[in-house]
Amino acid sequence: MSDKIKSGKKQWQERVARCKMRDIPFETVSGEPVKMLHTPDDIRDMDYMDDLGFPGQYPFTRGVYDNMYRGRLWTMRMFSGFGSADDTNKRYKYLLEHGQTGLSVAFDFPTLYGRDSDDPMSCGEVGKCGVAISSLADMERLFDGIPLDKVSTSMTINGPAAILWAFYIVTAEKQGVTSDVLRGTIQNDILKEYIAQKSWLVPPEPSMRITVDTIAFGSENVPKWNTISISGYHIREAGSTAAQELAFTLADGFGYVEAGIKAGLDVDQFAPRLSYFFNSHIDFFEEIAKYRAARRIWARQMKTKYHAKDPRSWLLRFHTQTAGCTLTAQQPENNIVRVAWQALAAVLGGTQSLHTNSMDETLALPSEKACLIALRTQQLIAHESGVTNPIDPFAGSYFLESLTNQLEEKAYAYFDKIEKLGGITKAIEVGYPQKEIAEAAYRYQKSVEEKKRIIVGVNEYVMEGEKPEIPLLKIDPQVEKDQCVRLDELRKKRDNQKVQRTLDDLRDACKGTDNVMFPILEATRAYATLGEIAGVFKEVFGEYREPPIYW
Amino acid sequence: MSKKLRILIAKPGLDGHDRGAKVVARALRDAGMEVIYTGLHQTPEMVVEAALQEDVDGVGLSILSGAHMTLFPKVWDLMKEEGIGDRLLFGGGIIPREDVETLNKMGVGKIFGPGTTTHEIVDYVQSTVPGDDR
Repeated sequence: MSDKIKSGKKQWQERVARCKMRDIPFETVSGEPVKMLHTPDDIRDMDYMDDLGFPGQYPFTRGVYDNMYRGRLWTMRMFSGFGSADDTNKRYKYLLEHGQTGLSVAFDFPTLYGRDSDDPMSCGEVGKCGVAISSLADMERLFDGIPLDKVSTSMTINGPAAILWAFYIVTAEKQGVTSDVLRGTIQNDILKEYIAQKSWLVPPEPSMRITVDTIAFGSENVPKWNTISISGYHIREAGSTAAQELAFTLADGFGYVEAGIKAGLDVDQFAPRLSYFFNSHIDFFEEIAKYRAARRIWARQMKTKYHAKDPRSWLLRFHTQTAGCTLTAQQPENNIVRVAWQALAAVLGGTQSLHTNSMDETLALPSEKACLIALRTQQLIAHESGVTNPIDPFAGSYFLESLTNQLEEKAYAYFDKIEKLGGITKAIEVGYPQKEIAEAAYRYQKSVEEKKRIIVGVNEYVMEGEKPEIPLLKIDPQVEKDQCVRLDELRKKRDNQKVQRTLDDLRDACKGTDNVMFPILEATRAYATLGEIAGVFKEVFGEYREPPIYW
Repeated sequence: MSKKLRILIAKPGLDGHDRGAKVVARALRDAGMEVIYTGLHQTPEMVVEAALQEDVDGVGLSILSGAHMTLFPKVWDLMKEEGIGDRLLFGGGIIPREDVETLNKMGVGKIFGPGTTTHEIVDYVQSTVPGDDR
């Protein structure tokens, strides 16, 4: 640092020491302390080529593509699904008509757990949190009139991901679309299910085997498909800090890489099809720093630790969703604004696709109007704000670069701890990430209650007697009844001997080492239901139960 | 000295959102209550069985999946059938106002929505649960 800057800084420090400051903690939403001012001093060790490089170039801190949004904007992909397959099909067509560029399927809880709509545990849950899909027949109706060779589809499905993916592949087959042209993503990230989202089927170890089978099947047969979307979103929603989201998500990613290598796959054969999914939380700068740090960590670890040689294996491509947990039920229209800057952070952080939450999501599933405003928010950012002109405009910012470094260091400290515990699967088994997250969630709640953190409309600027008057989406209980009737008819109509035969083949594959995807596809073609196929998994591998600890 | 209040915090149905349930369980514990947490994916029968086994003074259900109009009435009916209809049943989650009103009319206690402080919940449980007088 030059003498001129040094003396200037000293003078400023003396002046500012006499200034009055507001009595609040100056820190990020994650509790990372933030200095008042950053100077060249904060990035004096930065090496431009080693630490940042150019877009599309190792270590990809500045973005994964050479031209970023000048070539193509991010995919505007609104996560949606509710009621029956027909209800959701209509919403998809509506969104496509209004300029959405990719589909993203939200399944209801029974589907997420591999249960049919008429399973006793499904009672009251059918079509509530997403769309109910119990068989190939439902999937065919979900995509009726939507050409699967033209759209890319992301499916938030984990425990039974292999099964729903098979439903999709066969639906495409019936449209005359072969699997080699299909584009999309299955979330298929089971590790974070045990950490945060909690929709699992079977215990971690057999789950990882099924995951590896999907990876292997995809790289051979569905080459344009992302076979895992390694997700920090749910980890963050469960209450983690930004650094924890970054660290646990990447640790999960490395877990899959290690599992693939252990199963005898070549890292460069599958790593290019791994993608990520992050949250965009309320702290604008911290989020941008998180995405930049994530890209750099992944690139370095993939190259140096896992010896990937194909540059595509080094690329961390990611989807982003704005943070549902930051939205408030109070004065819900304010959420439009929260979502706007969270979306902006994702874009400035170089996301490949984006979902913007609707203002009414703390109250119900989004209404059509609320969903359209959320989509428009992305279009406004894309076409009016001007932020897509330069690539990675925050590079070189004393603050942003040092925050990127800070998050990166924290992530490496977590990697060390996880390694000491015997790797991510072991760490999950002893509840380490779960405890860290529960602790952070409690800390956050306390800080809000002690008013160390102001949430507009909740603990400050409250409107007494407020009654939000926004129309909410209601799911008709008839959806569940109709769905049960359809399943009953399906079971009568199909060739049940054929169903049994295909399920027997799947059982054999589960017990042996053959790839489970092939028998699942056969069972799908015979219209075996989700619950029947998942039932084979549970029968062979057992069901997972979490120890009920709240810490 | 009065005996510690015993509260069961339960996650019925398939809902996996357990952040709120865990925070509330911990806040009640920090306020001096005995808290039993069921963990995820409980049937109404399992919840009521646990309430009986643990002889709790109150049951708090956390439901964010939209299945509240099925699960609250089921748990409440079972509690009455099992002779513990004198205990408090309360809850929280993503539950529209009209549904809260319907549930209150059935005899279900307060249902807390997003933005509630843990103090409100602690105060409510302490002032509503019969505890020793039962």
